[in-house]
Amino acid sequence: MFNRELIRIATFTAFVLANLATRADAQDFVHDVQPIFNAKCVGCHGAKLQQGGLRLDVKSAAFEGGVSGTPLHPGKAETSLLVQRIKGAGELPRMPMGGKPLTAEELASITSWIERGALWPDGVGAVVVPKKKHWAFVAPLLPAVPKVQNGAWVKTPVDSFVMARLEKEGLAPSAAADKATILRRLSLDLIGLPPTTEELTAFLRDRSPRAYERQVDRLLASPHYGERWTRMWLDAARYADSDGYEKDLPRDVWFYRDWVLKAFNTDMPYDRFVIEQIAGDLLPNATQEQRVATGFLRNSMINEEGGIDPEQFRTEALIDRMDAIGKGILGVTIQCAQCHNHKYDPLKQEEYYKMFAFLNDSYEGSVPVYSPADLMKRDEVMRAIRETEAALQHRTPDWLEQMGQWEISVKKNQTDWHVFQPVVDDISTGGERYLPQPDGSFLAQGYAPAKKRIKMTIKLEAPRVTALKLELLTDKNLPRGGPGRHPLGIAALSEFEVEAAPGDHPEQTKPIKIATATADFNQPVTPLTVLNDRQKPVEGLRLGPVEYAIDGKPETAWGTDAGPGQRNQSRQAIFTFAEPLENAKGMILTVYLRQDHGAGSDRKENPNLGRSRLLWTDEPAPKADPVPAAVHKILSKPNGERSPAEVQAVFRYWRTTVPDFRAENQKIDELWKSYPEGASQLILQTREKARETYMLTRGDFLQPGKAVTPGVPAFLNPLPEGVKPDRLAFARWMVDRQSPTTARSLVNRVWQSYFGTGIVSTSENLGTQADPASHPELLDWLAVDFMDHGWSIKRLQRNIVLSAVYHQTSVTTPDLLAKDPGNRLLARGPRFRVDAEIVRDIALASSGLLNLEVGGPSVFPPAPAFLFLPPTSYSPKPWVESHGGGRYRRAVYTFRYRSVPYPVLETFDAPNGDASCVRRARSNTPLQALATLNEPLFVDAARALALHTLQKPRQNDDQRLDNVFRRVLSRSPALAERKELLALLAEQTKYYVASPDRANVLLATSEPGIAAPEWAAWTVVSRVVLNLDEAISKE
Amino acid sequence: MTKEGNLSPQNMTRRWFFEQCKVGLGAIAFSNLLGQASASNGPLAVKQPHFAPKAKRIIYLFMAGAPSHLELFDNKPQLTKFNGTLPPPELLKGYRSAFINPNSTLLGTKYKFVKAGRAGVEIGELLPHTASMVDDIAIVKSMVTDVFNHAPAQLMMNTGSQLFGRPSMGSWSLYGLGTEAQDLPGFVVFSSGLKGPSGGNSCWGSGFLPTVYQGVQFRSGGEPVLYLSNPPGIDEHTQRASLDSISKLNTMQLEATGDPEIATRINAFEMAFRMQASAPDLMDLSKESKETLELYGAEPGKASFANNCLLARRLVERGTRFVQLYHEAWDQHGNLTKDLKKNCQDTDRACTALVQDLKRRGLLDDTLVIWGGEFGRTPMVQGGNDGRDHHPNAFTMWMAGGGIKPGTVLGETDDLGFNVIKDKVHVHDLHATILHLLGFDHTKLTFQYQGRPFRLTDVSGTVVKQLLA
Repeated sequence: MFNRELIRIATFTAFVLANLATRADAQDFVHDVQPIFNAKCVGCHGAKLQQGGLRLDVKSAAFEGGVSGTPLHPGKAETSLLVQRIKGAGELPRMPMGGKPLTAEELASITSWIERGALWPDGVGAVVVPKKKHWAFVAPLLPAVPKVQNGAWVKTPVDSFVMARLEKEGLAPSAAADKATILRRLSLDLIGLPPTTEELTAFLRDRSPRAYERQVDRLLASPHYGERWTRMWLDAARYADSDGYEKDLPRDVWFYRDWVLKAFNTDMPYDRFVIEQIAGDLLPNATQEQRVATGFLRNSMINEEGGIDPEQFRTEALIDRMDAIGKGILGVTIQCAQCHNHKYDPLKQEEYYKMFAFLNDSYEGSVPVYSPADLMKRDEVMRAIRETEAALQHRTPDWLEQMGQWEISVKKNQTDWHVFQPVVDDISTGGERYLPQPDGSFLAQGYAPAKKRIKMTIKLEAPRVTALKLELLTDKNLPRGGPGRHPLGIAALSEFEVEAAPGDHPEQTKPIKIATATADFNQPVTPLTVLNDRQKPVEGLRLGPVEYAIDGKPETAWGTDAGPGQRNQSRQAIFTFAEPLENAKGMILTVYLRQDHGAGSDRKENPNLGRSRLLWTDEPAPKADPVPAAVHKILSKPNGERSPAEVQAVFRYWRTTVPDFRAENQKIDELWKSYPEGASQLILQTREKARETYMLTRGDFLQPGKAVTPGVPAFLNPLPEGVKPDRLAFARWMVDRQSPTTARSLVNRVWQSYFGTGIVSTSENLGTQADPASHPELLDWLAVDFMDHGWSIKRLQRNIVLSAVYHQTSVTTPDLLAKDPGNRLLARGPRFRVDAEIVRDIALASSGLLNLEVGGPSVFPPAPAFLFLPPTSYSPKPWVESHGGGRYRRAVYTFRYRSVPYPVLETFDAPNGDASCVRRARSNTPLQALATLNEPLFVDAARALALHTLQKPRQNDDQRLDNVFRRVLSRSPALAERKELLALLAEQTKYYVASPDRANVLLATSEPGIAAPEWAAWTVVSRVVLNLDEAISKE
Repeated sequence: MTKEGNLSPQNMTRRWFFEQCKVGLGAIAFSNLLGQASASNGPLAVKQPHFAPKAKRIIYLFMAGAPSHLELFDNKPQLTKFNGTLPPPELLKGYRSAFINPNSTLLGTKYKFVKAGRAGVEIGELLPHTASMVDDIAIVKSMVTDVFNHAPAQLMMNTGSQLFGRPSMGSWSLYGLGTEAQDLPGFVVFSSGLKGPSGGNSCWGSGFLPTVYQGVQFRSGGEPVLYLSNPPGIDEHTQRASLDSISKLNTMQLEATGDPEIATRINAFEMAFRMQASAPDLMDLSKESKETLELYGAEPGKASFANNCLLARRLVERGTRFVQLYHEAWDQHGNLTKDLKKNCQDTDRACTALVQDLKRRGLLDDTLVIWGGEFGRTPMVQGGNDGRDHHPNAFTMWMAGGGIKPGTVLGETDDLGFNVIKDKVHVHDLHATILHLLGFDHTKLTFQYQGRPFRLTDVSGTVVKQLLA
């Protein structure tokens, strides 16, 4: 009772006191602070203007703050940004910007108000009605299909949405395009190629009601469908075949391109498509394909310029990956929040880094990948090896016992090694970065110079050293896991040199003679491996056994190339001094790792040491331990804890030491030789432990701020409860059914491909600053239908191409053009110049030159050689023209150097892969005219088209012209066109008859039975047709 | 300008088309549109900037690789005095370098300086020609940048960002001003020296601006523009006859479909044909007087920086808005003494000739010439005793003509040429100043992309008033 009373009184007193305090402080605000805000601040931070996103006239907004976060830390005036800015502390301009500074009294009022808790009474200040959440940040619901008056025109729900808007605007749709036009349009849209004359004829003859749908089915099932739509995704994935910065070295990433292609062709559900690209490696029992898919994120550029800080460009690669996710998948601009809170969208800087943290978990190396044929071959080799081993075990019943004996002897013969942690002389690395690792090794990153002599120095207290060991270690940051930096992971050491000085007399440095070198692997003598036939191997440089590292000849080197399948493992070499080094005062050792085996400073094939570690011993006469590190690791486990696979791995090594097994060992060595080389692919491999992620001040990697954990922004769908917040969860979150933007963003981009402009024209950004949607309900209907039907892109395509909207003629009238110049209302069909790749493909396809092979390594069609040479290119780039079939592949397979884009594609606005792009420009320039008129492949196409038409038997010129027209434009010429071109033909025939030499120069070859002047004149006519606006437009 | 944002080039052409034709559109036959779809009113049409410009065109001599300010413009006797000693440790706090350990010994200047011009401005002895025109140019000794690797620094200098994907200064100029060149591109790039620029073609890329604004790379020898020549076996007669047919059939298609893009295409083909004549004419240096060729040190038919300088003058005479000459040769990590001398021999005379030639032709008044690299070089040595590493804290550039106050020397570095101590000019400030000379408020020349207005100067930049005439 007493207690309760006391508590009551105490509570009451506290209440009164608190209330009094609040009232007094409230008075503070109303009397002392608010007038200052109103007089000095709200002009720029109020209802009219919100500079920096800040307003100081509304309580909630003031505490929320703008792009720099909250300006008020209640109780802590000194750390409050508001105080700092009005004082003009730091580098930022003093507030009020451009106005008089606040008086000392004003400053004191604000400071003391904040010190005492910055109390701002409710109801004081302006009131803002909370804005309705931006439409694109609310998950779409299936809208009702609107009722329209002109129901007869409507074929699909898409039509109802479009018609509803047309009726609102008082517009009528256009008539349907004719059959030939619509087939060419459909074919260009679905497979990126014009219909063949046979396909055209068949369709024109097909009178059935399902004739058109049959064409849709045929084209959606075509392997070329993937080739056309892959390109849309590759733009967003900033795909290119080179590293980007400076030397812009070629990289192998076409397996990723082919993965996308296959995904489109098989209509992989879009949710899975996204999940595999973001986190395929984290899926249970991830397949090679699922790991290749993560190449999406690895398409970032890599800077290996001399002297770079690898961490800077790793950070920039992550920023680039965030950008690709923002534009390509979420359809939300997230880039701005890298430096500050988003000015317009409700994305906070911290949330940006929380998403960043999901991605900050991987290694940056490459892995070997294998085609289906290679995979079969690989399985075959491994099976044969296993069978041979099984046979050995079968005929050696006591193999386990023998192996046990061997194990005892191995363990007995161990030398005691001590790890060095030397100092690397920076200048000696020639711009390569030697990053110290926790185990005392160094990981070489950044520029890989062709020649250098790494100098490492250490002061040892030990009185005696007999030998040094160099370990070359594998690492997932290296090409194919290393241990070297050559694209195949090969390392080479030209010379291993040692100097020593007494610990107390550093000036008495003397070279140390190395008596013997032993290694766990001695490479057979081979010239330096050069990856391709584009440039000759480097003269004179040879890789071979470890003795090459102490022979005093820089042109020979110890190499680690054990051939495919066995190449990428850790190696070691031991260098024993002729005389033990002895000094009671310790010694200063300097080791030089001379690496002179690069193919060239601007080449990829530099077998620099990737990750290496030095150790020393004082024991007598140590020899390299031939037992691989992986086997040692197994041997360190008690016998009973080893898995059958581990026992097998030990056996695989042990058998090579048994003299009786020589025949089988040789057989297995032979088998290894047929192990496939495979290709390389940049993928994600998760680190055992994710990196710490910090908010970076202004996006600068040198200014880490607060640590953050993985998470998603509050304005989008939440992560499911209890899910482990890893990259896989992030991927699944993106394609959650509740994601407001993912499906909308994709359907909008597909729509854009058909109609030239998206339903939201700013397809990279559906956020608050996006252009208003022309048909918001249609966007939602398409998005929900898409998700409800297994995220099927092919279904989405059908939704569009089966509509009456899509069938309209693109012929326009001045009236319609005036009312709707951009055709956003869709009262007519789309008409625009096709994408760069299709411009090229149309010429090759209609002339019959196109090689229809699907997939495979990128190809090198003709291009002016000087583009790839200095001073046009930074360094010489391999570009050896593909001959035969490779010359006429589809443009999606053209090798793309970021710094030297393939000129024809660049001229027609193909992006070069520097950054994610979801909306191409569509320019119309004289340089394009020069390309289609004069570029060699377009001329090849004109020649081939002419020959094709001339080789048709029993045709007159009219029929021949028909043929040319039908192949390029899918129609016959109109009378006036026919007259014009036949006149040109006649005139040019005469011209070339008069100068047959010129005809021969144009044709460059001859065909039996074809008169050169006639062929030349037809080449001219074909060239005219191929250069028509209509030829490269979707009508 | 800010509202241009979300228009694709196609929409842009459509829009100008309607602006041009809004009166009585229905009455105009489509074939009449042809005359109106010429380059003079497309996306490259001449546009007025925010206020009267001082410079109408720019020639940017980009000394890629980064020349040493310490041998060429910024004389530091103290550096020579302390040659071989370590720099003061407080200077190196937080300093990062590309190749060297920052705590390397100082390297004295390799060359002498001479006094030049009315004010006795000190210029490295390797630049006698530049010294002779010192009263015509403004030297900025206080440039700073944010980055010290070539590719990012070249992007920074060209686009205001070290990341790829932003429009270059030349693209911004075309976007803001259009071009007066009828038969030649409005933004032309040449390259000479040992290599191409580290930043690759993104140095003159259009970033997120429409691609019509990107730079066109010209070759100083051979075919200047890609695919300029007719294919073998097609002579001018056949080319003309073919273009006539293309034009007639395109016109029929224009009449049939009513798409104004076809009118643009017809004109593009005609301009291409004219370019086939005008570009070789541009490149034909034999039409220059012997005196002019000697002034530059140019030789017709030879690819060289000197030839490119002369071509730059010929281009601006023909209305090209922005010419950029890359000479990538200045990365002297070693062989500083020898290579610097060679580079100066290759460029000094031609740079000076360009300014003098523009001046005597009355073009310098409204042509801005800019000279400089992407950063400076360390006062500390790299390697033995003949190299310098990358240095972002201080470097020198010069500008001339186009509203620049001649004879100016702006800014000062410390005794070692390590840090700027007076009148610091950041790359963003340089950009703000260049745009100011072109008649733009740099905060208002923007392009709406990804939901926000972007500009060359990002969120900073102050016009350097001391440089203005």
